[in-house]
Amino acid sequence: MSQNHPVKFGRRSMLKVGAAGVGSLVSAPLLASPAAVDASIADLFDGRVAQSGRVTVKIPPITENGTSVAFRVDVDSPMTQEDHVLRIAVFAEENPVPDIAHYELGPRAGIASVESRIRMNGSQRIRAVAEMNDGSLWTGHAFSIVTLAACLL
Amino acid sequence: MLHSLCRNISILSLLIWSAFASGEEIRSFRDKPDLPTSEIKSGYEFLTRESRMLQSDDFANPGLLWVDRGEILFHEEGEHKSCASCHKGQGNYTLAGAAATFPKMVSGRLTNLEVQINHCRVERQRLVAFEYESEKQLSLTAYVASLSRGMPYQVSIVGDARPSFTKGRDYFFQRRGQLNLACTQCHDDNQGKLLRGDRISQGHPNAYPGYRLEWQTFGSLHRRIQDCDVGVKAAPFEAGSTTYIELELYLAWRAKYLLLESPGIRR
Amino acid sequence: MLMIRIKAPVKATKGQVIELKAMIQHKMETGYRRDKYGRQIPRDILRRFECLYNEEVVFRAQFFPAVAANPILTFYTVATESGFLVFRWVDEAGVEAFDKVELEVV
Repeated sequence: MSQNHPVKFGRRSMLKVGAAGVGSLVSAPLLASPAAVDASIADLFDGRVAQSGRVTVKIPPITENGTSVAFRVDVDSPMTQEDHVLRIAVFAEENPVPDIAHYELGPRAGIASVESRIRMNGSQRIRAVAEMNDGSLWTGHAFSIVTLAACLL
Repeated sequence: MLHSLCRNISILSLLIWSAFASGEEIRSFRDKPDLPTSEIKSGYEFLTRESRMLQSDDFANPGLLWVDRGEILFHEEGEHKSCASCHKGQGNYTLAGAAATFPKMVSGRLTNLEVQINHCRVERQRLVAFEYESEKQLSLTAYVASLSRGMPYQVSIVGDARPSFTKGRDYFFQRRGQLNLACTQCHDDNQGKLLRGDRISQGHPNAYPGYRLEWQTFGSLHRRIQDCDVGVKAAPFEAGSTTYIELELYLAWRAKYLLLESPGIRR
Repeated sequence: MLMIRIKAPVKATKGQVIELKAMIQHKMETGYRRDKYGRQIPRDILRRFECLYNEEVVFRAQFFPAVAANPILTFYTVATESGFLVFRWVDEAGVEAFDKVELEVV
């Protein structure tokens, strides 16, 4: 990923453009960090605390290109009407914006599993927080080393 | 800034090492032997497991989005007749395996797949030629190349193709750019070694047109060659230039028995 | 026209959990890249994704710039009845793209 521009400038433009539906961006700090992820989680889940467990994040231990990293999150849940995952929010600790994606599930999902491909701005931890229908929050994470391409342009 | 400096230092050390390792000053690489056939490996072998899985995935390979669009364009009829109206089924005009025969001499001119498609468009379909690297050109070449997936190159370097082949080969062995490196120095001498976090491949063209993670999109072989030239700080040639088509012929011959992988995934 | 690829079973048994894959061709321009003149390329990403099963939402996603280009999603749903699955993406300007597949549930 090219790093020849200051992250600050990029974020200011995003704040100007992205008002609708991305409220969390406005309040988040300028640079990515684990604290930025904590702030995003607090914002999204009204300050509730997530317990470690039930959530498994799967990303390759080493990634040769951070522009498209295979990602999977599984939440241990019976996915019944009485006990299911409402939503899963995924975060990156060193990306310019902490949020990667939010997924809304529900009992019709059958299993609480989502796979996608994400961008990673360097080696970092990816965190996922799952909200259950009883309001409880669970979290899991995984780390990937993102190597840099040689002939960067 | 800093990583640009680091990159230059690693390439510079590579260069200095190359100069000393040979024992004597290299005046010309032209007399150097080509990559031995027994050592030939596709770029696929230099990818991480995840990238290889993405290329092999019949659904998730993003290059298939371009192949799909290409298939639609191939069958599109309008005021013009479709590609499919001539190139259908068995017989002389079937395109299965066609991509593996390019570049080749057509009416005295060295032609690659892109040039051939434009020739068909203008001469037979009475349409405007595609601009190089346009979405439609990429989609059609993706589709036609996919019809040769799993087949080996079948290019000819004899007869009137010989001068073009020689020029293409000379390009590969010619030092260029501010870093003064020839393709052979990385892709023959140092293939398999790490250059920063990247494993240097042998530089075969068989994944192209393909999806490059660096571009986050689909692109042609010429675009990839341009990236290499810029990488050694040389002014790149135009995509579609004769120089690059000549190089393409040498690369297709050099790849020997390698199978076409387009749409391929590369870094 | 955005190219879309959908992978879904044609037939399923009632109560079976089925795997759905949806991929769409889109640059997902982050807003952080610069063009060759050094000008910042404005952000242009898909924002939302929905899967509707006989017009009921069974899965939703909200995308941020860290979603990779040509986004692909794999998710699951329970086969309840025969009908249609609609896969819908919306970008920041509200422009939609969608595809529909039929599902037979026995």
